[in-house]
Amino acid sequence: MKSKFQPDKNGYFGQYGGAFIPELLYPNVKELEDNYIQIIESEEFQKEYKSLLKDYVGRPTPLYLAKRLSEKYGATIYLKREDLNHTGAHKVNNTIGQILIAQKLGKTKIIAETGAGQHGVATATVCALMDLECTVFMGEKDIVRQAPNVARMKMLGAKVIPATSGSKTLKDATNEAIRYWIQNPDTFYLIGSVVGPHPHPDMVARLQAVISEEMKWQLKEKTGKENPDTIIACVGGGSNAAGAFYHYMDHEEVELIAVEAAGLGINSGESAATSQLGEVGIIHGSKTILMQDKYGQIAEPYSISAGLDYPGVGPLHAFLYETKRAKFMSATDKEALSAAYELSKLEGIIPALETAHALAVLSKIKFKEDQVVVINLSGRGDKDLEIFIKYLKE
Amino acid sequence: MKKLNLLLEKKDNLLSIYFTCGFPKLNDTTKVICELEKSGVDFIEVGLPYSDPIADGPTIQYSSQKALENGINLDIIFDQLVSIKKTNKTPLVLMGYLNQMLKYGEDKFCQKLVDCGIDTLIIPDLPMIEFENHYQALFDKYGLTNIFLITPNTKENRIKKIDSYTKAFIYVVASSSITGAKGKISNEQITYFKRIKSMELKSKLIIGFGISDKSTFKTACEFANGAIIGSAFINYISNNSIDKIEDFIKPIIV
Repeated sequence: MKSKFQPDKNGYFGQYGGAFIPELLYPNVKELEDNYIQIIESEEFQKEYKSLLKDYVGRPTPLYLAKRLSEKYGATIYLKREDLNHTGAHKVNNTIGQILIAQKLGKTKIIAETGAGQHGVATATVCALMDLECTVFMGEKDIVRQAPNVARMKMLGAKVIPATSGSKTLKDATNEAIRYWIQNPDTFYLIGSVVGPHPHPDMVARLQAVISEEMKWQLKEKTGKENPDTIIACVGGGSNAAGAFYHYMDHEEVELIAVEAAGLGINSGESAATSQLGEVGIIHGSKTILMQDKYGQIAEPYSISAGLDYPGVGPLHAFLYETKRAKFMSATDKEALSAAYELSKLEGIIPALETAHALAVLSKIKFKEDQVVVINLSGRGDKDLEIFIKYLKE
Repeated sequence: MKKLNLLLEKKDNLLSIYFTCGFPKLNDTTKVICELEKSGVDFIEVGLPYSDPIADGPTIQYSSQKALENGINLDIIFDQLVSIKKTNKTPLVLMGYLNQMLKYGEDKFCQKLVDCGIDTLIIPDLPMIEFENHYQALFDKYGLTNIFLITPNTKENRIKKIDSYTKAFIYVVASSSITGAKGKISNEQITYFKRIKSMELKSKLIIGFGISDKSTFKTACEFANGAIIGSAFINYISNNSIDKIEDFIKPIIV
């Protein structure tokens, strides 16, 4: 039976999704829609994808029992170590897959948007690997706060174009990428999250699904059961959460927790907690939950984490929220920062600021004894050192 | 018959101008429409400023952002348009993004258009499939006409389908581009215009995107019933008084 968490033929998860794109993009999106499942499911693709994930990315990533963290919170907490992937985050699972799809479609020019720069780096990396031309759009504000990643992208041979409109962050970088795509229909838009017009959300979710695919056998090995009790992941657009939830969405007994960035506080006016602050709307070609004003003007979200300050959320997550299949929680800037310090000191792992939001809800949950919890450790914190150091001084 | 359809029937070389409501100043909306009418523009595209206009180039992005900073919103725009309903004789075509209608309330939005005397709309991010599944019935209910866009990459069978849905005109996007850009019409574009013209569609054709002056307007009119100028006009009123709109329009028409 088909999962109810798979999109229908028009790309809808319940009322969310679809492809609200200008006619100019129709041929590109249609080409991808007609081919992506066939390509992903082909033996040839699977062989190349799996082999690159193993030998180039370093998968499978470990599932690590965090003993001291477990002790502190009175649960059995595993960390899915996506931070140990090549390029330092889960983003590369998707870019490896999409670059292979782009090649099969005969595309030679790649564009991408990036927030924290992790997706930009992961895209620049696979473009270098495959010798394809790479252009990355990044908000002007993010270029400043994630400077190390900008340098990495450039070193990898990518062109980084600043997005200077609107809030000068991820939303605007995505707008610019879409505009460029419209003007250059021969390019392949290598989108970084489970957002955008159908089939992008579904395609990216399928490529990130490797996270939960591995979790299943790793948990079986370690606990004797494939299923944990709880999975926790942070959500901006939602790609790491989609990957960590994917193979468990139909297993209702597994609790799924998505953590959004509350910024300075949900009701502070400086937040990115979309599920709490948003209403149905359309952004980047997808109908979803969206932060907007009463006239449908898209809000400028805020989070200390450049990867989470997105005013929307992927349509799959909007559906998981609406159906209550996933529980949505949030963490403020401060809570995330202290969670990052806590993990560093307890386990010797410096997490990305995005990931730190997922860790920050541990103190808000009452765990049962022996509750098996998996936290998707989506990325490492090297790129955020400047912000961490500043916080330490304060 | 609707004003716009009458016009499309009886006249060629139609000049349409796009402008952004609430730009350059909040209360310029009605004045711009009146000046355009006085200058002899055939029909007017009324742009709703949007925060994230993905199909628009830098010029219209700028005018939209400026208008929003001026404090424009849909309620103010509808009030402005209602205030000139009786005096304005020039057909108005509304151009906005789907989320604006969705958030305002689809029925309420459509009713407001009717109240303002507007019966035609262009929503660049409304795809055909959504039109078929939902919006066709909604628009029919309010007597509204949707304008579809075709581009150099739109396949022939899709163009024919669009032709069958069209009740006013087909918006022929001159090139694979966002609004603005270009400046000249290339041979490649001419080949594309010829191809569309030779399809002998039942619908009238209006060319837009990249039309900026007399020369590009004239060329476009050789292959279509008229053309739309947007970014070039926005640039003009950014740098000149709106009292001087006639100075921009007259040389194009003559």
